[in-house]
Amino acid sequence: MIITHPLLGPRDAQEFVYLGDASLINRPDGMAPDAADQFHDYLYLRDNPASLHRELWYHEQGDRSWLVVTRNTLTHEITQIDLARDVARDEGRSK
Amino acid sequence: MTQSNRIDGGQIDRTRTLTFTFDGKSYAGHPGDTLASALLANNVRLMGRSFKYHRPRGVIAAGSEEPNALVELRTGARTEPNTRATTAELFDGLSANSQNRWPSLRFDAMAINDRLWPFFAAGFYYKTFMWPKSFWEKIYEPIIRRAAGLGSLSVQDDPDAYDKGFLHCDVLIIGAGPAGLAAAITAARSGARVILADEDFRMGGRLNAETFVLGNQSGPDWAAQTVAELATMPNVRLLPRTTILGALDHGIYSAVERVSDHLAQPQPGKPRQILWRIYSKRAILTAGAIERPIAFENNDRPGIMLAGAIRAYANRWAVIPGQRVAIFTNNDDGLRTATDLVAKGVDVVAVIDPREGLPFLPGIRHLQGAKVIDTAGRLGLSSVTVRTPKGVETLQVTALGVSGGWNPNLAISSHHRGRPVWNDAIAAFTPGADGPVNLTFAGAANGQFPTHAALNSGATAAADAVIALGFTAPAPDLPKAEDAPTAITPFWYVQHGKGRAWIDPQNDVTVKDIKLSHQEGFRSVEHLKRYTTLGMATDQGKTSNVLGIAVMAELTGQSIPQTGTTIYRPPYTPVAIAAFAGRSTGADFRPTRLTPSHKWAAEQGAVFVEVGMWLRTQWLPRTGEVTWRQSVDREVLQTRKSVGICDVTTLGKIDIQGTDAGAFLDRVYANTFSTLAVGKVRYGLMLREDGMVFDDGTTARMGQNEYVTTTTTANAVTVFRHLEYCRQCLWPDMDVQLISTTEAWAQYSVAGPNARKLLEKIVDQDIANDAFPYMACAEITVCGGLRARLFRISFSGELAYEIAVPTRYGDAMIRELVAAGTEFDAVVYGTEALGVMRVEKGHVAGNELNGQSTALNMGLGKMVSRKKDAIGMVLSNRDGMINDDGYRLVGVRPVDPAQPLTAGSHFIAKGADPVAANDGGWLTSVVYSPHLGHAIALGYLKKGAARMGERLRAVNLLAGTEVEIEITSPHFIDPEGARLRA
Repeated sequence: MIITHPLLGPRDAQEFVYLGDASLINRPDGMAPDAADQFHDYLYLRDNPASLHRELWYHEQGDRSWLVVTRNTLTHEITQIDLARDVARDEGRSK
Repeated sequence: MTQSNRIDGGQIDRTRTLTFTFDGKSYAGHPGDTLASALLANNVRLMGRSFKYHRPRGVIAAGSEEPNALVELRTGARTEPNTRATTAELFDGLSANSQNRWPSLRFDAMAINDRLWPFFAAGFYYKTFMWPKSFWEKIYEPIIRRAAGLGSLSVQDDPDAYDKGFLHCDVLIIGAGPAGLAAAITAARSGARVILADEDFRMGGRLNAETFVLGNQSGPDWAAQTVAELATMPNVRLLPRTTILGALDHGIYSAVERVSDHLAQPQPGKPRQILWRIYSKRAILTAGAIERPIAFENNDRPGIMLAGAIRAYANRWAVIPGQRVAIFTNNDDGLRTATDLVAKGVDVVAVIDPREGLPFLPGIRHLQGAKVIDTAGRLGLSSVTVRTPKGVETLQVTALGVSGGWNPNLAISSHHRGRPVWNDAIAAFTPGADGPVNLTFAGAANGQFPTHAALNSGATAAADAVIALGFTAPAPDLPKAEDAPTAITPFWYVQHGKGRAWIDPQNDVTVKDIKLSHQEGFRSVEHLKRYTTLGMATDQGKTSNVLGIAVMAELTGQSIPQTGTTIYRPPYTPVAIAAFAGRSTGADFRPTRLTPSHKWAAEQGAVFVEVGMWLRTQWLPRTGEVTWRQSVDREVLQTRKSVGICDVTTLGKIDIQGTDAGAFLDRVYANTFSTLAVGKVRYGLMLREDGMVFDDGTTARMGQNEYVTTTTTANAVTVFRHLEYCRQCLWPDMDVQLISTTEAWAQYSVAGPNARKLLEKIVDQDIANDAFPYMACAEITVCGGLRARLFRISFSGELAYEIAVPTRYGDAMIRELVAAGTEFDAVVYGTEALGVMRVEKGHVAGNELNGQSTALNMGLGKMVSRKKDAIGMVLSNRDGMINDDGYRLVGVRPVDPAQPLTAGSHFIAKGADPVAANDGGWLTSVVYSPHLGHAIALGYLKKGAARMGERLRAVNLLAGTEVEIEITSPHFIDPEGARLRA
């Protein structure tokens, strides 16, 4: 596969390491009263879509950027690529 | 050395004669020959034995689709089994041997299987070798494997080099027949970067096998001229002898180029083969078509071939497979073989055509409404029996060409699960619309069989491709070519008699097997394939799949499209594993990293061990030491007695800086670092989000906003990745920066009672116990001004320091340390002594940090702060993880000090059976402690913390050992830590 890095342009997927569902960005607050339940869902419940999937890729053999890649699991077509840091901020994460 | 079947013409170089051997006998051929064409020229029809029945077999095809003529090429370490004689390019001195026969190809003892054939029908193995179960692996499988099979390996290292490479292009064209050449020249003239790949050594495809005229040139001449023009263009790369193996994602194609397979051995500096990854923006599949046979009784005898293959041998290689030839065809293309042969003066005895009412071929005995119902000839065809409307007749022939029509070669179109579509007009499947993105099809691969259509569709596909990429396509400049319609009446198999009619000759699948499969309910194409093994041989059913499906369709009374088709998977043809390995073999399988002290250690005769990718000193033998234990015991004892030096550079080092660095560490470690004083070091435990321990190490606070974290050697990469993930994905606004400095610093541990005295000779600053106490850290200088870092930390349990200098001074530093240590009789110790001392001290390492253990298991539960949110904090407090009956880290010693212990042994109560239900835990790390004079171990024991002094058994059923042991504290030496603080 070829992943078009937002900063570096098209790069071979072999330069990247795959982590998984980009919902990992939405880490719950560990100090919340129902943290155990939230963490259970966060860590163990995953969608397994036969279509578009937002996932985290790490440019380990490159600039060390974490990316959110939207990939069609049926065709491997990639429709969207963003820096994970930007996505995290858009989703309300900060410090 | 006569070539009795060689006729005039052909694209071979008769000015040179090549000598080769087959099964030890010497023959002659010419440059341009394949092994198959040269054998046929010498009237050798018998080339192998079949997989299951050991039937005598000859070549049936002229290309890579060949199912029968699999031979072993070359000798010694270069022996290459299961190679198709049809693709093996002849070279002088080639040595080839037949396979799957004993004692000889002409007399094969295993041919008894053929007499026993009623027992060997589809499903025979599934039904027969079922009981008793204990016979599966040791008795049935070895026997079956010996009886059925193909070539064998040399079991020697391949002496040749294999490479990998990367190519980029605008348009990749797969196959250099008429469509591919028209596509290539059209795309190339537009200025686009073009790669044209063909598995053959001579480009031109069927043009080289036919007598077609293109414009005013012969087909081969037009092909050669077009290839010559392409070769002059700088934007074109021609890849002959290159098979496109598969369509990967996003326009990437995998290919293997057989750079030196046509030579006795590669030229100096050249690889045998290259595995290419080709990055294309557009690709065009112009891979032609593959002829399929018709099934009839005993249709597998040497001499019975595909009609198009006979024509190819006659036209391209000037070879006829026999002196008297008949043709059995259901389509007009098969008739071409008859007319071409007659034109060459070959005796064509008859054309057997199941169709009726056709115009009769002039000058040839054209039997219409006729079928071949049987054949004769044990080691080669001698006659065929034909049923015509007038009766049954036997024809004395030595070769029979069979054509059941042509299947577009669409394998690559289905590599992304694209489904082929049935086309009634040509009675074959054509590529579906759901193939790989940006791959289009032209020529016979797309069902456009006439040469005129192939040329035009190739040019059109190329023009479409380059225009889509922004180039301007020139007007096509194509020669006039034959445009005969495809005339075919589907006809699949002859229903007659009780004998066997082969469909898949390589896997010995017959019409009867298909019928049996149908009868037993395995009717879907996928079941049919797996039950009968149809199409599952090394040829992937290139000649047989469609025929098999057609027979099943007739049996079920469904149409072929209703019956379905199987799709193809990569690789298109078999690939040597060496090509996938490339240069990554032996010591080059993966790179090794050398520590800064490597050169010095090698000079001392150190024994090295691979840790991660590093080569670390395992121990340093001294003169007179015979066993490794002598060296390791000495290193341990001398370190504890005086001082030892160890290279610990391989530990991961990460500089963490920024105003939020402390807060960041609090989030990623279970314990707290923001409260750590500047100039101090603290041990840290890093958890995974699920609460298991991920890694451990020390973190030093070098300044208000500057920390240096160490990781274990094994996890250096994954911890850094994890920290980047936390920083970018979880807390994107934290002011924290990370950089790996593992390679930047050479780091040595100096441990033992004399460690300070030794370092005082090197360090420029005061490091007395008050000035630089236990767990202190500082930026210092050494040797009169060289910047360095000093940490007072200990893994061994002794008074110890780790000193880091810039890597380029690492070699100088080990020499300096050793020189400074001479007066203390200092030793340099390796990873074994390091391991002994950490077990003696009760420190956990990789064996305990196995991804299944919690902080509580390790006796470090109190380190997990619940006052802050950190990775893994919440889930480490789950019920199942904090119960009291879980595993706890314990020490273990044998009751009898003379007894050794075995790592991996399980704790079993005295008197209890050594079964899983009585399992109490296991020994994680075992060493011999020279300090204590007996073996010691660490282990995880259920409720271990409360069981000190208890006696159990350590049982290892694999090693066959059982030792009575006593549970102790994991801290075997200096449990109070007085030495550390000395």
